[in-house]
Amino acid sequence: MASTLLSNPMADFAQPEEHDRDLLRFTTAGSVDDGKSTLIGRLLYDSRNVYDDQIESVSKASAGRNAGAIDFSLLTDGLRAEREQGITIDVAHRYFSTPRRKFIIADTPGHEQYTRNMVTGASTADLAIVLVDARKGLLVQSRRHAFIASLLGLQHLVIAVNKMDLVGYDERVFSAIERDFRQFLELFQTLEPFFIPVSALEGDNIVHRSDRMSWYRGPSLLEYLEEVPVEESASRKPFRFAVQRVVRPDHIFRGYAGTIASGEIKPGDTVTVWPSGRETRIASISTWDGELDSAQAGQAVTLTLSDELDLSRGNTIAAADFEPEVATAFRATLVWLNETSAQTGKRYRIKQATHQGWAELAQIEHRININTLEKEAAETLEVNSISVVRIETARPLVFDPYAANRITGSFILIDPATNATVAAGMIDRAVESTHRVSDLPAQFTWQIKDRALVVNVDDPQFAAENDPRTISDPEAADLLQRLLERLHKLSSTE
Amino acid sequence: MTKPGYLKRLEAESIYILREVVAECAKPVLLYSIGKDSSVLVRLAQKAFHPGPIPFPLLHIDTGYKFKEMIEFRDRFAAQLGVKLIVHTNRAALADGANPFVWGTQRCCGALKTGALLEALREGAYDAAIGGARRDEERSRAKERVFSFRDVKGQWDPRNQRPELWNIFNTHVNKGESQRVFPLSNWTELDVWQYIHYENIPVVPLYFAKYRPMLVRGDSLLPIEQPFVPRLPGEEPQMVKCRMRSLGCSPCTGAIRSDADSIPAIIEELTAVKRSERQNRVIDHDQDGSMEIKKQEGYF
Repeated sequence: MASTLLSNPMADFAQPEEHDRDLLRFTTAGSVDDGKSTLIGRLLYDSRNVYDDQIESVSKASAGRNAGAIDFSLLTDGLRAEREQGITIDVAHRYFSTPRRKFIIADTPGHEQYTRNMVTGASTADLAIVLVDARKGLLVQSRRHAFIASLLGLQHLVIAVNKMDLVGYDERVFSAIERDFRQFLELFQTLEPFFIPVSALEGDNIVHRSDRMSWYRGPSLLEYLEEVPVEESASRKPFRFAVQRVVRPDHIFRGYAGTIASGEIKPGDTVTVWPSGRETRIASISTWDGELDSAQAGQAVTLTLSDELDLSRGNTIAAADFEPEVATAFRATLVWLNETSAQTGKRYRIKQATHQGWAELAQIEHRININTLEKEAAETLEVNSISVVRIETARPLVFDPYAANRITGSFILIDPATNATVAAGMIDRAVESTHRVSDLPAQFTWQIKDRALVVNVDDPQFAAENDPRTISDPEAADLLQRLLERLHKLSSTE
Repeated sequence: MTKPGYLKRLEAESIYILREVVAECAKPVLLYSIGKDSSVLVRLAQKAFHPGPIPFPLLHIDTGYKFKEMIEFRDRFAAQLGVKLIVHTNRAALADGANPFVWGTQRCCGALKTGALLEALREGAYDAAIGGARRDEERSRAKERVFSFRDVKGQWDPRNQRPELWNIFNTHVNKGESQRVFPLSNWTELDVWQYIHYENIPVVPLYFAKYRPMLVRGDSLLPIEQPFVPRLPGEEPQMVKCRMRSLGCSPCTGAIRSDADSIPAIIEELTAVKRSERQNRVIDHDQDGSMEIKKQEGYF
């Protein structure tokens, strides 16, 4: 197989295997000096996925820095500040392909904001590569990376023990690291680890198997990435479909556009729509390419139903025999992404699948120390912290536990004051609701001034969209005031 | 023809993104550049909103220096599609004599592209501008989000981007702020051509090789559509079999020598090619990190 890598990766376009070529998304993590950028640069270069002018531009740029003839890390560090400072700032995406697979890399920096960046990279990945410096062995951050990969539901973890050239390609060094890491990984039953000794700088076991480590009989890193099975079980899970848009081009057609999160569907299948819980059947699966006899996880389609049910965006169509959870209170693991910390009682916008509404951070059960994995008491959520919390929502959420379904079990929180994405959450399970969260857009007050109604809304989004906030037409002001009073009464009595 | 699995996955991802824009943004617009990526984007929009029409207008920023064949293709394409096409040009700058040879490429691009784009977005009060940019095109684009926030001046702050997790996009902006949305973020140049091939999508004939008059300067082939392109003493255009790998303004887009006169031939050529796609774009190389700087200022 190694010989196929020598051919041009794109050269087999016309061959029939093209139809089977699939996609593997992986993320890479490591700390500042682990040589992660060098590893990716080497992977791209040795698999012939780098163009000549790109090599020329980094050969030029690397003349002033201490690296070999080509500084492979410069192939991946995209922003000027990164090249100047020799660091990686943000998650970067890379693309390459071989005759067997297409790959998307989410390359995450290991230094500041490591948790935030790695969680982001891992959220869309099938596999994670963790780099370990052979001279340093298993460090706290290696454990942290493994924990985050497990938390985000990845199945495959590659531990690339790098810089083997600096330890004389010694098998004992590699074996000791593997032994230590395997012991630690027993905590995460769902992760399948794979260990490879490499030298990114020298190119050992990256694309080509190294003859300097004959004691290692496994595949090179690229060979492993080409062979590892990509998870296709999403189609075998219960059917889930979040309505993205209601499609009504005319009086006859009423369809629901969305992407199938899991499972398979055929016209005639019995389904339940949520949160109403009403049962109906799939009438048709419509696409621009024609009607389909069946569709499965990952496909973007438009469904029509055999009954006139008034579904809207955010509703879920699910397999009738496997009901999703429907609740306004749930327990979740929350990764805090924002510099502004959070306290209990604060309200955020929540986005889960295609549903958007209001959520309250009701309770912080504990924080997880990501270095020791111990539970700690916490009053607030700080940036890069991972905590187990209880969240209450204004409207019921239709979901599955994250461990069962990465799409229906994940959510983000948005700060209504800044519009920033402040948290990423993974739902554990529904819990008893203790109080009701208001689904009014925000706190607001109003007053009559000179026969005009002045509304003060504590929500910049709402205020921005509804400028000007002073309604000077007395008739409109009067009508709005009565409406507001009624709304207020409704929300406080319910 | 059945598309390979990875193309189906990319297609579905892009359709999902387009539907999210329309579901959550108040006034989206599709930035139509007439190039191959725009052609793919429009096909994906047809698929995303079927059986309804494409629910947003197409906006073309016409610098006035686009190839004639591009403009002809654009008008034919929009008419066949029955979609609303808005064309915006910075006439004031053109009247002031803006051209890359007199103003320099940085200032010329700043006025005719970035300036015109920001003006058109402001005039239309669009809160989401959908574009065909891909992360594999240029290294600063590798760090771009799918939903990329722009402040009231239309500017990008690469060090202060919103985290983007799973397929959950945060579309919230305040009045005057906007987002650029890139449904083709995860596509590569080859993916785009393969999709065009499998889907039989029409593209501008400039992508196909034929004999065209060019100024030949070493490895560079310069089109001579605009009369102001300066010539060296005694220099005459030669007929060269060539094609455009990416399309921009004719004075700043070099052609490449090529025999590829069909889509399969282009794909075959790409598999052997040694230079990256934007290598023939003068404006990417006018300063270090030039795409990054242009993007921060509001360029696509």
